Amino acid sequence: MNLWFWLLVACAAAYAWKLVGYFVPARLLENPRMSRVAGTMTIGLLASLTIVNTLANGQVLAADARLGALAAAGIALALRAPFLVVVLAGAGTAALLRILGWN
Amino acid sequence: MTLLASPAVRMGISISIATGLYGVSFGALSVTSGLNFWQTMALSMLLFSGGSQFAFIGVVAGGGSGIAAMSAATLLGMRNGIYGMQLNALLRPTGWRKYAAAQVTIDESTATSTGQTDPAEQRRGFWAAGIGIYVLWNLFTAVGALAGSALGDPKQWGLDGAAVAAFLGLLWPRLKGREPVAIAVVCAVATVLAVPVVPAGVPILVAAVVAAVIGWFSHGRSDEGLEPDVDPYRERHRHGGHGGQPGGSGQGGADHAAGSGTGAAE
Repeated sequence: MNLWFWLLVACAAAYAWKLVGYFVPARLLENPRMSRVAGTMTIGLLASLTIVNTLANGQVLAADARLGALAAAGIALALRAPFLVVVLAGAGTAALLRILGWN
Repeated sequence: MTLLASPAVRMGISISIATGLYGVSFGALSVTSGLNFWQTMALSMLLFSGGSQFAFIGVVAGGGSGIAAMSAATLLGMRNGIYGMQLNALLRPTGWRKYAAAQVTIDESTATSTGQTDPAEQRRGFWAAGIGIYVLWNLFTAVGALAGSALGDPKQWGLDGAAVAAFLGLLWPRLKGREPVAIAVVCAVATVLAVPVVPAGVPILVAAVVAAVIGWFSHGRSDEGLEPDVDPYRERHRHGGHGGQPGGSGQGGADHAAGSGTGAAE
């Protein structure tokens, strides 16, 4: 139930952000600094989410099959593979490494 | 049928298919992260912003609290406010259309719209991509969620590896040039340092603060990081003979044009 609560708060907040752009006078938001913070924060958050999902087990850092998934995804992206192929490369590599005994 | 003659509508439909399809990976990852079917669908129907949705389930999967998941998703959604401002100036929707436009204001609909020069085409592109992605994204989320819950042990299928790949895939199009790469590396290091000392989920918020401080005090492109996950105009230009500058977001239109000629990561 707690998760539902925060999930719905996140939904409301997401819609609020979107709506703000349509209702706040452009002058107030036409600040290059705000656009820049929105952009750098997007990069920072996605980089952080990538690392957390690769290395973290709760509060413990671990090197496991997910590192292989990261490498495989990087190679797929460098080869300009579509998003879905990148995701499948990550899953396949992690699964394969586990079969080979690297957890 | 006349609508299909519009280049912006055709672009909107193809981007809808490309983006909608990866809703499968969101749906599958969401249920294996511990959300149930309807929680997964609520994120796609109500929150409807790919990066924020992945962020929410990514934090939950890592053992983070609901409030940390909500915070990460909300910080990632800030850029949609910037898009809303651009689109409001461009399309000038009125009445109920404003509220509907807001819900489908995301990376891809913004990019499809701002990539057009004719005002009527900008409007058609926005609605075609926005509505098309909304419908397909939700449809494929449901497919993914049903398939995901039938999979059994997610680790055996490497679904945790799929999450890693998904986040790298979302980050990748935004790493154009040396500066965004530097920001990504600094935030990754901050995350690694934070993991052992703060509760799960919080390292992501630490990285967000680091990134915001960098953005506030440094001077760079004001549209850095505001690239769509799937660039609607990349395909066309790849085939268009611009061999020297493939896929630069500078092709993405007026709002994406500023200073993007430094496509080092491309």
